Amino acid sequence: MTASEQQGLDLWEVFVRARRGLSHQHVGSLHAPDAEVALRRARDLYTRRGEGVSIWVVPAGAVSASDPGEKEPYFTPARDKDYRYPTYYELPREVRGL
Amino acid sequence: MTTLAETGTVTGVGTGSRFEALIAADERVEPRDAMPEAYRATLIRQIAQHAHSEIIGMQPEGNWLTRAPSLRRKSILLAKVQDEAGHGLYLYAAAETLGVSRAELLDALHTGRQRYSSIFNYPTLTWADVGAIGWLVDGAAIVNQIPLTRCSYGPYARAMVRICQEESFHQRQGYESLLALSRGTAEQHAMAQDAVDRWWWPSLMMFGPPDSTSTHSSKSSAWKIKRHSNDELRQRFVDLCVPQAEILGLTLPDPELRLDEATGHHAYGEIDWSEFKAVLDGDGPCNRQRIERRTAAHREGQWVRDAAAAYQAKRQGAHR
Repeated sequence: MTASEQQGLDLWEVFVRARRGLSHQHVGSLHAPDAEVALRRARDLYTRRGEGVSIWVVPAGAVSASDPGEKEPYFTPARDKDYRYPTYYELPREVRGL
Repeated sequence: MTTLAETGTVTGVGTGSRFEALIAADERVEPRDAMPEAYRATLIRQIAQHAHSEIIGMQPEGNWLTRAPSLRRKSILLAKVQDEAGHGLYLYAAAETLGVSRAELLDALHTGRQRYSSIFNYPTLTWADVGAIGWLVDGAAIVNQIPLTRCSYGPYARAMVRICQEESFHQRQGYESLLALSRGTAEQHAMAQDAVDRWWWPSLMMFGPPDSTSTHSSKSSAWKIKRHSNDELRQRFVDLCVPQAEILGLTLPDPELRLDEATGHHAYGEIDWSEFKAVLDGDGPCNRQRIERRTAAHREGQWVRDAAAAYQAKRQGAHR
């Protein structure tokens, strides 16, 4: 294996919009030397059966992510504040439309 | 904060409890979660073997691409072989999330340190073999793979969802092709029967050794990588195939095959595990040919990889 091969081509994350009206969704990743080739490869690899109408490719290194180990403290506040959910409120049974 | 490109996974002591909680809760483990080293190693071995099987599996069928009997069959076969390449890529990408590189995986395949499914070491002698592979080999693969869509490792499970959707076409085209032969001339019918006679037993071996001797099963079950035992899946496959063979008008080459009224399952004859072992150990009909062809293709593609790497370096240089 040559040094460049060991290191390999850049990794790209692929997002596909299944149809108009939906947002792009992550479908997987691939290797490519640049965005243009990444798009072409994404088309061949992830949309062979009309799975999409639009593709985004993003260099994996450009995606910043929260730390999975920090899951608890990082996301707990949202779960603590149950008054943020509609089911928290008890209303008279007979009330309609809310 | 970290970036996704840092694919190195966290392993070691002190990471166990969260991992075990995820497994117990039937949640998915994702690439950047802490995981035991043995879990990571098991997944790399299994996903790599699976990926290798997909790309080696292009060879037996690729053998018939230029000799398909009609343009329709040729287009179908081309699409199928292209799918196998795609499946290999999904799986290599899933393995890479565990911190191993594509080049390392291919090197392990080429040097025999990692295996591929023994089924691809059998030759495709006639056109009917293409149909038999679709029906039986892809059929067995589907039975094996459907439970993997619920495997505990997220990227592998997601790759399997895509693969299973596409495999369904593989199996149906094979069945349709065999049906056409079976209902054709006496010669065509005989060719279909001969292909089924040769592919049946190796297909049953695809589920791996019997539960009593399988070395990887218990750990993989505890980690929810594997959801059913080898023998359970094999039984499911046999039960599916028997009525399908009847409709095809073909027989399965097992004189002991019969429906057990008590269990509702089909009892089947003894599998020749010495053949399985010999093929795994390198003594199948096509082992050498498959690896030679793969390494030659890799060698001949060197200039493409070099050019891509040079192009990437040039593009990145220009942006700086």
